[in-house]
Amino acid sequence: MEKGGQMEIWVFAEQRGGELHKVSLELLGKAKELASKGGRVTAVLPGHDVKAISRSLINHGADRVLLADDPRLGIYRIIPYSLLLGGMIQDHRPDIFLMGATAMGVELAPRVAAKVKTGLSAHCIDLSLDSQGRLLQVVPGWGGGVVATVSCPEHRPQMATVMPGAMKALPPKEREGEIFEVAVELPDENLGPEVIEITQEKPQGLPLEKAEVVVAGGWGIGSRENWQLIQELASLLGGAVGATRPPVDEGWALEGQMIGQSGKTIRPRLYIGIGISGVMHHVVGMEGSDHIIAINSDPNAEIFETADVIVVEDFKKIIPPLIREIKNRLKKQGSSD
Amino acid sequence: MKRIIVCVKPVPDPKHWGRVSMDPDTMTLRREVIPSIVNPLDKHAIEAGLSVRDSFGGEVVLLSMAPPSAQPLLREGLAMGADRAVLLSDPVFAGSDTLATSLILAAGCRYIGDFDLIFLGNMSIDGSTAQVCSQLAELLGLPNVMHVTGLSWTNEGKVIITRKIENGFSKLVGIPPLVLSVRKELNKPRYVPFTGILAAESKEIRVLSNNDLKIDPSQIGLAGSPTKMAGLEIRRFERKRERLEGSPEEIVRKLMDKIYQIGVI
Repeated sequence: MEKGGQMEIWVFAEQRGGELHKVSLELLGKAKELASKGGRVTAVLPGHDVKAISRSLINHGADRVLLADDPRLGIYRIIPYSLLLGGMIQDHRPDIFLMGATAMGVELAPRVAAKVKTGLSAHCIDLSLDSQGRLLQVVPGWGGGVVATVSCPEHRPQMATVMPGAMKALPPKEREGEIFEVAVELPDENLGPEVIEITQEKPQGLPLEKAEVVVAGGWGIGSRENWQLIQELASLLGGAVGATRPPVDEGWALEGQMIGQSGKTIRPRLYIGIGISGVMHHVVGMEGSDHIIAINSDPNAEIFETADVIVVEDFKKIIPPLIREIKNRLKKQGSSD
Repeated sequence: MKRIIVCVKPVPDPKHWGRVSMDPDTMTLRREVIPSIVNPLDKHAIEAGLSVRDSFGGEVVLLSMAPPSAQPLLREGLAMGADRAVLLSDPVFAGSDTLATSLILAAGCRYIGDFDLIFLGNMSIDGSTAQVCSQLAELLGLPNVMHVTGLSWTNEGKVIITRKIENGFSKLVGIPPLVLSVRKELNKPRYVPFTGILAAESKEIRVLSNNDLKIDPSQIGLAGSPTKMAGLEIRRFERKRERLEGSPEEIVRKLMDKIYQIGVI
């Protein structure tokens, strides 16, 4: 397809219970950019009674939607989903197929790639086209301390899973797009384990990846009581609370608040890291922040390498007076407005 | 239960990752200076296999694709209680991407034969692709479940699988044979007793080459891998590193100025 012809770029539209995962919209934004030199962006949407999502996919950059609507696709299961996608790839021969590096995408994409015998790169943080129109996939390894650029020169489609938050969705606007319903042919049995229960909790507060300010805490915070200082500072700055792995393990923070290679990638205006040692797994999730302030009592903390502003001090001596100062400042602003 | 296979990967010890350097000519990492360990999540996979065996009988076979030098690491798994190990080792396997690796492991699983379950760690700490579970299962024609955090069994021999998804969990019910990759929440790998270390010395590690597996060489190794390395870079994220000095009061004042300049208050 690279020689003449239009490049066909597919994006997997991931939904659970009719709710689209935002990484799919981010991928549409990237796909649109990749297609700017001549290509078509197709969103592939499996599910049941999910046609309504098509409009949002089109408004975020899909030129067309391939809708696979079937009761057997209502709840994600790897066997029917991979059979469907494998079949669609063989029928339509896309050049590129992108999926989110989500719980679902990380499981599904490799199965599809093995089915159609093509290459797949995992947890990409960037994508671009080389001069011959081949997809260059930037993947982190070794906790993110090493990045490799991977290509898939001879097999199609070129497949990649992409970290949520690594790409930017286009602002939605009314756009023209076509919706095609594809015929779903699946066997009646041998569809693998059945889902008997799903429990998901809506996370509270401002989503980490949308926040202008993120105040993150690590193991050094020490206790649930101290963790409230992190929460108070974040809320005063109109921001969100982030965490490294230990606070999540301790139950001070939720899994969805984890920043880094196995969590969220954020790029806020301001990141403040408190009591965080700064291992590579965490740093790769926040190094794109505009400004980085790090507070740690250990002068050798690795996080200082990646900080614009360094405070070597016990956070308990800094954060409470800082909170007071910010409150004073906000009060003054309030009275002068 | 007849047989449980657990896939084990040697990985460079993260304690020494600071010493990693790159060979600019071959675009590969010089990893030989870094000692190897068993991929941490694979110990949870071994524990999963052992606890199924403890309840339902059968044998636990460790399976690894690695150079012959990986044998001491397999001994660690044998010391935990695995019954034997199979090491797939051949220069033609070198440079395999996840698809080629999965093809080799699938051949190893078929060679071992007659298994009910295959356990893997959910991802390795070095490559972190988390792709082998699904690819191995696809190549074996078996269902798979990733992100497993819980396992229980019904009287009819079905397995109830709990797995992590975004902001929650889902529960599935499946029938072996199955390929399962596990998260660390699933279990706590058992303590290795000294007697286990002694017992491991006499357990079998069978080394197989491609003469045994007979995989089409064009499908494996560097040449048989669909993905190619186009560049490699060691990342350092260095910033301005301006240190705020003074008493806590002075530091707070300086911090306020910084935050104000950034414009978030």
